[in-house]
Amino acid sequence: MLTLLAQAEPTEVVGSIAEFWVFVITAVIALASAGSVVVLRNAVHAALMLVINFFAIAVLYAALEAQFLAVVQIVVYAGAIMVLFLFVLMLLGISSETRFTQRVRGQKTAAVLLGLGLLIVLVGAGAGQYLGPDAVCPAAGETGDLCVGLETRNSNGNVAGVGRLLFTTYMWPFEATSALLVIAALGAIVLGKRHGGDEDVTDQPPALAEEPDDEPDTPGDDEVRGELVGAGGDGDVHESGETA
Amino acid sequence: MSGVPVGWYIALSAALFTIGLVGVLVRRSVVVMFMCIELMLNAVNLALITFSRMHGNHDGQVLSFFVIVVAAAEVTIGLALIVNLFRLLGSTDADDPDRLRA
Repeated sequence: MLTLLAQAEPTEVVGSIAEFWVFVITAVIALASAGSVVVLRNAVHAALMLVINFFAIAVLYAALEAQFLAVVQIVVYAGAIMVLFLFVLMLLGISSETRFTQRVRGQKTAAVLLGLGLLIVLVGAGAGQYLGPDAVCPAAGETGDLCVGLETRNSNGNVAGVGRLLFTTYMWPFEATSALLVIAALGAIVLGKRHGGDEDVTDQPPALAEEPDDEPDTPGDDEVRGELVGAGGDGDVHESGETA
Repeated sequence: MSGVPVGWYIALSAALFTIGLVGVLVRRSVVVMFMCIELMLNAVNLALITFSRMHGNHDGQVLSFFVIVVAAAEVTIGLALIVNLFRLLGSTDADDPDRLRA
């Protein structure tokens, strides 16, 4: 997207300024939506925030001259994976966490402190030396000090470049991923299959869920599932148990 | 201001990874923990693609592609496991499966 912009404009400064603003806006959106995924109680809301995050990251991929992966990100993540997530959320009827208390005291504080420490280490070790103006990726025709840029590699198109590498150097890993996907699909089928003898909680009234082996299979499957959904649905009532 | 230094993308990636990690540590619902793992995978992908641009070759993008494929497989299996867990226990709280406790 940005390379298109840069090609359209004769001066390269316009493309750089565009990249700066695209980065700032999408970074803010990505960080805010990622924070919302962690903070929001309702799991469906968190999933929708995750979709926004995926789209923001796809925009960043396009800004980083990885157009193929930007499209793949939208199709695979925002499309397939999020549909799976929402499908499971809706199927199970879990919209919010019923209990928000911590089993370990001070878990949240410790988690946030650990996260801050990790952030400082990661930024200091990974990003610290690339924050200066010499790490700006060069526009067409220039050479950067620290950043090479993908201008020459993308000259035949980003998809052609990635595809050439994928089907030559990374041929066998690529074939292995196809096997991996088939195995994952088969595994999901096996895991999703209901075993004949076993009775699980969706076959039972919720009160009997503790000892599933003692009770015979009850009919009325849909009613029981409706009760389960009703029991887990409104979590706002139970929020008073939260401790800092 | 013109252009974006590579380090900014890395710092954003680190921040997204940290948010995902804190989410995994803080949240109790298995599904939301799983979403936070997706956040972390995305942050790693962003770093890989940034390094790909920095070094001027496509290897990072190919590795990122593989990460996306593996994430798709992982989501398939993980959500099947979560559905099974919900069938067994009637909840998706990460603290509920404690049958091995004495």
